Amino acid sequence: MLGGFGDPGLPGQLLEAVRRKGVKDLAVVHNGAGAGDWALGGLIKDGRVRKVTASFPNNPGAIYFQELYLKGQIELELVPQGTLAERIRAAGAGLGGFFTPTSAGTELGKGKETRMIDGREYVFEKPLHADFAMIRAHRGDRLGNLQFRKAMRNFNIAMAMAADVTLAEVDELVPVGGIDAEDVHAPGIFVDKLVHCPRHPKLVEVGPPK
Amino acid sequence: MKLTRDGIAYRVACDLPDGSYVNLGIGIPTQVSSYLSPDKEILFHSENGILGMGPLAEPGTEDVDLINAGKQYVTMLPGGCFFDHPMSFAMVRGGHITHTVLGALEVAANGDLANWRTPGAKVPGVGGAMDLAFGIKNVWVTMTHVSTKGQPKILKACTLPLTAPRCVKRIYTDMALIDVTPEGLVLRECAPGITAAEVQSKTDAALKVAKDCREMDIPEAIKGVPLAA
Repeated sequence: MLGGFGDPGLPGQLLEAVRRKGVKDLAVVHNGAGAGDWALGGLIKDGRVRKVTASFPNNPGAIYFQELYLKGQIELELVPQGTLAERIRAAGAGLGGFFTPTSAGTELGKGKETRMIDGREYVFEKPLHADFAMIRAHRGDRLGNLQFRKAMRNFNIAMAMAADVTLAEVDELVPVGGIDAEDVHAPGIFVDKLVHCPRHPKLVEVGPPK
Repeated sequence: MKLTRDGIAYRVACDLPDGSYVNLGIGIPTQVSSYLSPDKEILFHSENGILGMGPLAEPGTEDVDLINAGKQYVTMLPGGCFFDHPMSFAMVRGGHITHTVLGALEVAANGDLANWRTPGAKVPGVGGAMDLAFGIKNVWVTMTHVSTKGQPKILKACTLPLTAPRCVKRIYTDMALIDVTPEGLVLRECAPGITAAEVQSKTDAALKVAKDCREMDIPEAIKGVPLAA
Protein backbone atom coordinates (compact mmCIF):
# COMPACT_ATOMS: atom_id res chain seq x y z
CA MET A 1 0.00 0.00 0.00
CA LEU A 2 1.31 3.38 -0.98
CA GLY A 3 -0.08 6.43 0.78
CA GLY A 4 -0.57 9.91 -0.53
CA PHE A 5 -3.07 11.73 -2.70
CA GLY A 6 -1.07 13.79 -5.17
CA ASP A 7 2.12 14.85 -3.43
CA PRO A 8 0.87 15.33 0.13
CA GLY A 9 1.61 12.14 2.08
CA LEU A 10 3.34 10.36 -0.84
CA PRO A 11 6.36 8.30 0.32
CA GLY A 12 8.39 9.19 -2.78
CA GLN A 13 11.83 8.50 -1.35
CA LEU A 14 10.86 5.10 0.11
CA LEU A 15 9.50 4.20 -3.31
CA GLU A 16 12.75 5.25 -4.96
CA ALA A 17 14.57 3.02 -2.44
CA VAL A 18 12.29 0.10 -3.35
CA ARG A 19 13.12 0.81 -6.97
CA ARG A 20 16.88 0.70 -6.27
CA LYS A 21 16.49 -2.56 -4.36
CA GLY A 22 15.13 -4.21 -7.50
CA VAL A 23 12.08 -6.00 -6.07
CA LYS A 24 9.47 -6.96 -8.63
CA ASP A 25 6.05 -8.58 -9.09
CA LEU A 26 4.47 -6.00 -6.81
CA ALA A 27 0.73 -5.63 -6.27
CA VAL A 28 0.12 -1.98 -5.39
CA VAL A 29 -2.80 -0.28 -3.67
CA HIS A 30 -2.80 3.49 -4.26
CA ASN A 31 -5.40 6.08 -5.24
CA GLY A 32 -3.84 6.70 -8.65
CA ALA A 33 -1.37 4.86 -10.86
CA GLY A 34 1.74 6.99 -10.44
CA ALA A 35 2.71 10.17 -12.22
CA GLY A 36 5.77 10.73 -14.39
CA ASP A 37 8.78 8.48 -13.97
CA TRP A 38 9.48 9.02 -10.25
CA ALA A 39 8.23 6.97 -7.27
CA LEU A 40 5.29 4.72 -8.29
CA GLY A 41 5.50 5.97 -11.89
CA GLY A 42 9.13 4.83 -11.93
CA LEU A 43 8.34 1.39 -10.52
CA ILE A 44 5.67 0.91 -13.18
CA LYS A 45 8.00 2.19 -15.90
CA ASP A 46 10.59 -0.40 -14.79
CA GLY A 47 8.01 -3.19 -15.09
CA ARG A 48 8.07 -4.05 -11.36
CA VAL A 49 4.34 -3.76 -10.79
CA ARG A 50 2.02 -6.67 -11.61
CA LYS A 51 -1.26 -5.19 -10.38
CA VAL A 52 -2.67 -1.80 -9.37
CA THR A 53 -5.74 -1.40 -7.15
CA ALA A 54 -6.83 2.23 -7.55
CA SER A 55 -9.76 4.60 -7.94
CA PHE A 56 -8.19 7.02 -10.40
CA PRO A 57 -5.60 5.23 -12.56
CA ASN A 58 -6.43 7.59 -15.43
CA ASN A 59 -4.75 10.53 -13.67
CA PRO A 60 -3.08 12.55 -16.45
CA GLY A 61 0.48 11.80 -15.27
CA ALA A 62 0.06 8.00 -15.26
CA ILE A 63 1.67 7.59 -18.67
CA TYR A 64 3.57 4.37 -17.95
CA PHE A 65 0.56 2.68 -16.38
CA GLN A 66 -1.54 3.60 -19.42
CA GLU A 67 1.07 2.20 -21.80
CA LEU A 68 1.28 -1.17 -19.99
CA TYR A 69 -2.48 -1.36 -19.41
CA LEU A 70 -3.24 -0.93 -23.10
CA LYS A 71 -0.76 -3.72 -23.90
CA GLY A 72 -2.46 -5.95 -21.31
CA GLN A 73 0.75 -6.14 -19.29
CA ILE A 74 -0.58 -4.81 -15.99
CA GLU A 75 -3.68 -5.77 -14.05
CA LEU A 76 -6.16 -3.17 -12.76
CA GLU A 77 -8.74 -3.45 -9.98
CA LEU A 78 -10.87 -0.31 -10.18
CA VAL A 79 -12.49 0.69 -6.87
CA PRO A 80 -14.52 3.83 -6.05
CA GLN A 81 -12.43 6.12 -3.87
CA GLY A 82 -14.61 5.98 -0.76
CA THR A 83 -14.89 2.20 -1.03
CA LEU A 84 -11.12 1.93 -1.41
CA ALA A 85 -10.53 3.98 1.75
CA GLU A 86 -13.11 2.01 3.74
CA ARG A 87 -11.83 -1.40 2.54
CA ILE A 88 -8.38 -0.42 3.79
CA ARG A 89 -9.79 0.86 7.08
CA ALA A 90 -11.89 -2.30 7.52
CA ALA A 91 -8.77 -4.47 7.20
CA GLY A 92 -6.97 -2.39 9.81
CA ALA A 93 -9.96 -2.49 12.13
CA GLY A 94 -10.34 -6.28 11.99
CA LEU A 95 -13.63 -6.27 10.10
CA GLY A 96 -14.71 -8.86 7.56
CA GLY A 97 -16.05 -6.22 5.20
CA PHE A 98 -19.03 -3.90 4.99
CA PHE A 99 -22.09 -3.00 2.92
CA THR A 100 -21.99 0.27 0.99
CA PRO A 101 -24.58 1.81 -1.35
CA THR A 102 -21.78 2.99 -3.68
CA SER A 103 -21.74 1.14 -7.02
CA ALA A 104 -25.06 -0.75 -6.50
CA GLY A 105 -26.66 -1.20 -9.92
CA THR A 106 -23.58 -0.01 -11.83
CA GLU A 107 -20.79 -1.66 -13.80
CA LEU A 108 -18.49 -1.61 -10.76
CA GLY A 109 -21.06 -3.37 -8.56
CA LYS A 110 -21.60 -6.22 -11.02
CA GLY A 111 -21.13 -9.74 -9.64
CA LYS A 112 -20.92 -8.56 -6.04
CA GLU A 113 -23.10 -9.77 -3.20
CA THR A 114 -25.91 -7.30 -2.49
CA ARG A 115 -28.43 -6.88 0.29
CA MET A 116 -31.52 -4.72 0.73
CA ILE A 117 -31.21 -2.85 4.04
CA ASP A 118 -34.12 -0.59 5.05
CA GLY A 119 -35.31 -0.46 1.45
CA ARG A 120 -31.97 0.46 -0.11
CA GLU A 121 -29.59 -1.76 -2.07
CA TYR A 122 -26.08 -2.17 -0.66
CA VAL A 123 -23.01 -3.91 -2.09
CA PHE A 124 -20.72 -6.09 0.03
CA GLU A 125 -17.07 -5.05 -0.03
CA LYS A 126 -14.20 -7.06 1.43
CA PRO A 127 -11.33 -5.74 3.53
CA LEU A 128 -8.06 -4.90 1.78
CA HIS A 129 -4.87 -6.02 3.58
CA ALA A 130 -1.23 -5.49 2.61
CA ASP A 131 2.14 -6.99 3.51
CA PHE A 132 3.69 -3.53 3.58
CA ALA A 133 2.41 0.03 3.77
CA MET A 134 4.59 3.01 2.90
CA ILE A 135 3.43 6.48 3.86
CA ARG A 136 4.77 9.96 4.54
CA ALA A 137 4.06 12.12 7.59
CA HIS A 138 5.28 15.48 8.87
CA ARG A 139 6.68 14.46 12.25
CA GLY A 140 7.35 11.13 13.90
CA ASP A 141 8.90 9.79 17.12
CA ARG A 142 10.70 6.53 18.07
CA LEU A 143 7.40 4.95 19.13
CA GLY A 144 6.00 5.54 15.66
CA ASN A 145 3.55 8.28 16.61
CA LEU A 146 2.85 10.46 13.59
CA GLN A 147 1.62 13.96 12.97
CA PHE A 148 0.59 15.17 9.52
CA ARG A 149 0.34 18.59 7.91
CA LYS A 150 -2.82 19.80 6.11
CA ALA A 151 -3.95 17.37 3.37
CA MET A 152 -1.21 14.78 4.07
CA ARG A 153 -3.44 12.39 6.02
CA ASN A 154 -5.58 11.13 3.15
CA PHE A 155 -5.16 7.31 2.96
CA ASN A 156 -2.13 7.16 5.26
CA ILE A 157 -3.62 6.42 8.68
CA ALA A 158 -5.88 3.67 7.31
CA MET A 159 -2.98 2.15 5.34
CA ALA A 160 -0.75 2.15 8.44
CA MET A 161 -3.49 0.13 10.16
CA ALA A 162 -4.02 -2.33 7.29
CA ALA A 163 -0.47 -3.60 6.67
CA ASP A 164 1.68 -6.20 8.44
CA VAL A 165 4.63 -3.81 8.32
CA THR A 166 4.24 -0.03 8.04
CA LEU A 167 7.12 2.23 7.05
CA ALA A 168 6.82 5.99 7.34
CA GLU A 169 9.12 8.66 5.99
CA VAL A 170 8.97 11.90 7.99
CA ASP A 171 10.07 15.52 7.60
CA GLU A 172 11.14 15.66 11.23
CA LEU A 173 12.16 12.98 13.70
CA VAL A 174 11.39 14.18 17.24
CA PRO A 175 12.12 12.67 20.67
CA VAL A 176 9.40 10.59 22.35
CA GLY A 177 7.01 13.18 23.79
CA GLY A 178 7.97 15.66 21.07
CA ILE A 179 4.47 15.37 19.59
CA ASP A 180 1.91 16.40 22.19
CA ALA A 181 -0.48 13.50 22.91
CA GLU A 182 -3.32 15.78 21.75
CA ASP A 183 -1.69 16.11 18.33
CA VAL A 184 -0.88 12.48 17.47
CA HIS A 185 -2.85 11.70 14.30
CA ALA A 186 -1.63 8.13 13.75
CA PRO A 187 -0.87 6.29 17.01
CA GLY A 188 2.53 4.59 16.95
CA ILE A 189 0.95 1.17 17.51
CA PHE A 190 0.25 1.11 13.74
CA VAL A 191 3.76 2.14 12.62
CA ASP A 192 6.82 -0.14 12.55
CA LYS A 193 9.69 1.75 10.90
CA LEU A 194 10.48 5.42 10.54
CA VAL A 195 12.87 7.05 8.09
CA HIS A 196 13.87 10.66 8.53
CA CYS A 197 14.18 12.20 5.09
CA PRO A 198 13.75 15.87 4.34
CA ARG A 199 11.50 16.88 1.49
CA HIS A 200 12.59 15.89 -1.97
CA PRO A 201 12.26 18.83 -4.36
CA LYS A 202 10.52 16.61 -6.89
CA LEU A 203 6.75 17.03 -7.06
CA VAL A 204 4.98 14.31 -8.98
CA GLU A 205 1.60 15.76 -9.54
CA VAL A 206 0.57 19.36 -9.79
CA GLY A 207 -2.82 20.38 -11.05
CA PRO A 208 -3.48 22.91 -13.79
CA PRO A 209 -2.39 26.46 -12.90
CA LYS A 210 -5.01 29.02 -11.93
CA MET B 1 -28.88 33.89 -25.47
CA LYS B 2 -27.19 30.89 -23.99
CA LEU B 3 -25.41 31.07 -20.66
CA THR B 4 -21.64 30.91 -20.62
CA ARG B 5 -19.85 28.47 -18.30
CA ASP B 6 -19.62 31.34 -15.81
CA GLY B 7 -23.32 31.98 -16.29
CA ILE B 8 -24.19 28.40 -15.38
CA ALA B 9 -21.90 28.62 -12.33
CA TYR B 10 -23.55 31.91 -11.31
CA ARG B 11 -27.04 30.42 -11.57
CA VAL B 12 -26.04 27.46 -9.35
CA ALA B 13 -24.43 29.79 -6.82
CA CYS B 14 -27.76 31.66 -6.45
CA ASP B 15 -29.43 28.45 -5.25
CA LEU B 16 -26.92 27.06 -2.74
CA PRO B 17 -28.47 27.74 0.67
CA ASP B 18 -26.81 29.43 3.60
CA GLY B 19 -25.37 26.84 5.97
CA SER B 20 -24.81 24.14 3.34
CA TYR B 21 -21.81 21.81 3.09
CA VAL B 22 -20.85 21.50 -0.55
CA ASN B 23 -18.57 19.36 -2.69
CA LEU B 24 -17.82 20.85 -6.10
CA GLY B 25 -16.72 18.67 -9.00
CA ILE B 26 -14.13 19.59 -11.61
CA GLY B 27 -14.96 22.01 -14.46
CA ILE B 28 -17.96 24.38 -14.35
CA PRO B 29 -18.77 23.32 -10.73
CA THR B 30 -15.41 24.66 -9.52
CA GLN B 31 -16.41 28.13 -10.79
CA VAL B 32 -19.53 28.16 -8.57
CA SER B 33 -17.52 29.33 -5.56
CA SER B 34 -16.58 32.56 -7.41
CA TYR B 35 -20.22 33.69 -7.51
CA LEU B 36 -21.46 33.05 -3.97
CA SER B 37 -23.04 35.89 -2.09
CA PRO B 38 -20.82 36.92 0.85
CA ASP B 39 -23.96 36.82 3.05
CA LYS B 40 -24.01 33.02 2.87
CA GLU B 41 -21.86 30.83 5.09
CA ILE B 42 -21.07 27.76 3.00
CA LEU B 43 -18.32 25.25 3.76
CA PHE B 44 -16.61 23.52 0.85
CA HIS B 45 -15.51 19.90 1.12
CA SER B 46 -12.69 18.27 -0.80
CA GLU B 47 -12.49 14.45 -0.93
CA ASN B 48 -8.83 14.43 0.07
CA GLY B 49 -9.65 15.53 3.59
CA ILE B 50 -10.62 19.20 3.73
CA LEU B 51 -13.71 21.02 4.99
CA GLY B 52 -13.73 24.81 4.86
CA MET B 53 -11.58 25.05 1.76
CA GLY B 54 -10.92 28.55 0.39
CA PRO B 55 -10.06 29.83 -3.11
CA LEU B 56 -7.09 28.68 -5.20
CA ALA B 57 -3.72 29.81 -3.80
CA GLU B 58 -2.20 32.95 -5.35
CA PRO B 59 1.06 32.27 -7.22
CA GLY B 60 3.96 32.39 -4.76
CA THR B 61 1.81 31.44 -1.75
CA GLU B 62 1.27 27.75 -2.57
CA ASP B 63 1.68 25.17 0.20
CA VAL B 64 2.83 21.78 -1.13
CA ASP B 65 0.65 19.99 1.45
CA LEU B 66 -2.54 21.87 0.62
CA ILE B 67 -4.23 20.72 -2.60
CA ASN B 68 -7.81 20.03 -3.64
CA ALA B 69 -9.16 16.85 -5.24
CA GLY B 70 -8.14 18.22 -8.65
CA LYS B 71 -4.58 18.55 -7.29
CA GLN B 72 -4.58 22.34 -7.50
CA TYR B 73 -3.03 24.40 -4.69
CA VAL B 74 -5.78 25.87 -2.53
CA THR B 75 -6.21 27.87 0.68
CA MET B 76 -8.13 27.36 3.93
CA LEU B 77 -10.76 29.59 5.47
CA PRO B 78 -11.14 30.21 9.22
CA GLY B 79 -13.05 27.33 10.80
CA GLY B 80 -11.80 24.80 8.28
CA CYS B 81 -10.35 21.44 9.26
CA PHE B 82 -8.38 18.46 7.97
CA PHE B 83 -9.13 14.74 8.28
CA ASP B 84 -8.36 11.48 6.50
CA HIS B 85 -10.04 9.64 3.64
CA PRO B 86 -12.26 7.27 5.65
CA MET B 87 -13.71 10.25 7.54
CA SER B 88 -13.98 12.31 4.37
CA PHE B 89 -16.10 9.64 2.67
CA ALA B 90 -18.11 9.07 5.85
CA MET B 91 -19.15 12.72 5.43
CA VAL B 92 -20.17 11.92 1.85
CA ARG B 93 -21.95 8.57 2.20
CA GLY B 94 -23.31 9.42 5.63
CA GLY B 95 -25.38 12.28 4.21
CA HIS B 96 -23.49 15.03 6.04
CA ILE B 97 -22.37 16.86 2.91
CA THR B 98 -25.64 18.47 1.81
CA HIS B 99 -24.95 19.34 -1.84
CA THR B 100 -22.70 18.28 -4.65
CA VAL B 101 -22.40 19.99 -8.02
CA LEU B 102 -21.06 17.67 -10.71
CA GLY B 103 -20.41 17.70 -14.42
CA ALA B 104 -22.29 15.14 -16.54
CA LEU B 105 -22.02 13.36 -19.86
CA GLU B 106 -25.66 12.24 -19.76
CA VAL B 107 -28.64 12.56 -17.42
CA ALA B 108 -31.82 10.51 -17.80
CA ALA B 109 -35.42 11.53 -17.13
CA ASN B 110 -35.44 9.43 -13.95
CA GLY B 111 -32.28 11.10 -12.56
CA ASP B 112 -29.78 8.45 -13.68
CA LEU B 113 -26.33 10.03 -14.00
CA ALA B 114 -23.48 9.04 -16.33
CA ASN B 115 -20.31 11.05 -15.76
CA TRP B 116 -17.44 8.67 -14.98
CA ARG B 117 -16.64 6.84 -18.18
CA THR B 118 -16.20 8.75 -21.42
CA PRO B 119 -16.72 6.76 -24.62
CA GLY B 120 -13.15 7.27 -25.88
CA ALA B 121 -11.31 6.78 -22.56
CA LYS B 122 -8.59 4.15 -22.85
CA VAL B 123 -8.08 3.67 -19.13
CA PRO B 124 -11.13 3.68 -16.85
CA GLY B 125 -11.10 5.77 -13.67
CA VAL B 126 -13.87 6.60 -11.23
CA GLY B 127 -12.25 8.56 -8.39
CA GLY B 128 -14.85 9.73 -5.89
CA ALA B 129 -17.66 10.29 -8.42
CA MET B 130 -19.77 7.28 -7.44
CA ASP B 131 -19.51 7.93 -3.69
CA LEU B 132 -20.63 11.53 -4.22
CA ALA B 133 -23.53 10.56 -6.50
CA PHE B 134 -24.75 7.76 -4.20
CA GLY B 135 -24.14 9.50 -0.89
CA ILE B 136 -25.19 13.12 -1.21
CA LYS B 137 -28.86 14.06 -1.04
CA ASN B 138 -28.78 17.03 -3.40
CA VAL B 139 -26.92 16.03 -6.56
CA TRP B 140 -26.97 18.99 -8.93
CA VAL B 141 -25.57 18.70 -12.41
CA THR B 142 -24.03 21.40 -14.61
CA MET B 143 -23.45 20.86 -18.31
CA THR B 144 -23.98 22.22 -21.79
CA HIS B 145 -27.46 21.28 -22.94
CA VAL B 146 -26.16 19.42 -26.01
CA SER B 147 -22.86 17.75 -26.86
CA THR B 148 -20.22 19.35 -29.08
CA LYS B 149 -21.85 17.40 -31.93
CA GLY B 150 -25.23 18.95 -31.08
CA GLN B 151 -26.69 15.78 -29.57
CA PRO B 152 -29.01 16.05 -26.53
CA LYS B 153 -27.44 15.02 -23.20
CA ILE B 154 -30.72 14.88 -21.27
CA LEU B 155 -32.11 11.56 -22.41
CA LYS B 156 -35.01 9.14 -21.91
CA ALA B 157 -32.36 6.64 -20.75
CA CYS B 158 -28.57 6.91 -20.42
CA THR B 159 -26.44 5.07 -22.98
CA LEU B 160 -23.13 5.34 -21.07
CA PRO B 161 -22.24 3.38 -17.90
CA LEU B 162 -24.05 4.85 -14.90
CA THR B 163 -22.32 6.64 -12.06
CA ALA B 164 -25.44 6.18 -9.92
CA PRO B 165 -29.10 5.49 -10.68
CA ARG B 166 -31.83 8.04 -9.84
CA CYS B 167 -29.53 10.45 -8.03
CA VAL B 168 -29.80 13.78 -9.88
CA LYS B 169 -32.20 16.32 -8.35
CA ARG B 170 -31.55 19.35 -10.55
CA ILE B 171 -29.92 20.11 -13.91
CA TYR B 172 -28.35 23.48 -14.79
CA THR B 173 -27.46 23.94 -18.46
CA ASP B 174 -26.62 26.84 -20.76
CA MET B 175 -30.28 26.80 -21.88
CA ALA B 176 -32.37 25.87 -18.85
CA LEU B 177 -32.89 24.91 -15.23
CA ILE B 178 -34.68 21.57 -14.95
CA ASP B 179 -35.83 19.71 -11.83
CA VAL B 180 -35.92 15.92 -11.69
CA THR B 181 -39.17 14.99 -9.92
CA PRO B 182 -41.06 11.73 -9.35
CA GLU B 183 -43.40 12.91 -12.15
CA GLY B 184 -40.51 13.45 -14.58
CA LEU B 185 -38.44 16.41 -15.71
CA VAL B 186 -39.89 19.84 -14.95
CA LEU B 187 -38.65 22.92 -16.81
CA ARG B 188 -38.39 25.73 -14.23
CA GLU B 189 -36.40 28.41 -16.05
CA CYS B 190 -35.14 29.19 -19.54
CA ALA B 191 -32.02 31.20 -20.38
CA PRO B 192 -32.74 34.81 -21.49
CA GLY B 193 -34.54 34.85 -24.84
CA ILE B 194 -34.84 31.06 -25.13
CA THR B 195 -38.30 29.52 -25.28
CA ALA B 196 -39.56 26.35 -23.62
CA ALA B 197 -40.16 24.89 -27.10
CA GLU B 198 -36.50 25.49 -28.02
CA VAL B 199 -35.34 23.76 -24.82
CA GLN B 200 -37.61 20.78 -25.55
CA SER B 201 -36.27 20.55 -29.12
CA LYS B 202 -32.75 20.06 -27.72
CA THR B 203 -33.89 17.54 -25.09
CA ASP B 204 -34.49 13.85 -25.81
CA ALA B 205 -36.61 13.27 -22.69
CA ALA B 206 -40.06 14.84 -22.32
CA LEU B 207 -40.20 18.06 -20.29
CA LYS B 208 -43.17 19.31 -18.29
CA VAL B 209 -43.21 23.08 -18.30
CA ALA B 210 -43.78 24.38 -14.79
CA LYS B 211 -46.80 26.69 -14.35
CA ASP B 212 -44.46 29.38 -13.05
CA CYS B 213 -41.71 28.68 -15.62
CA ARG B 214 -39.83 31.94 -16.19
CA GLU B 215 -36.84 33.54 -17.80
CA MET B 216 -33.65 33.29 -15.77
CA ASP B 217 -32.81 36.39 -13.79
CA ILE B 218 -29.20 36.73 -14.77
CA PRO B 219 -26.97 39.74 -15.49
CA GLU B 220 -25.28 39.74 -18.90
CA ALA B 221 -21.89 40.15 -17.24
CA ILE B 222 -20.30 40.49 -13.81
CA LYS B 223 -17.04 42.43 -13.51
CA GLY B 224 -16.53 42.12 -17.25
CA VAL B 225 -17.07 38.33 -17.34
CA PRO B 226 -19.97 37.52 -19.67
CA LEU B 227 -22.65 35.28 -18.12
CA ALA B 228 -24.83 35.09 -21.21
CA ALA B 229 -23.80 35.50 -24.83
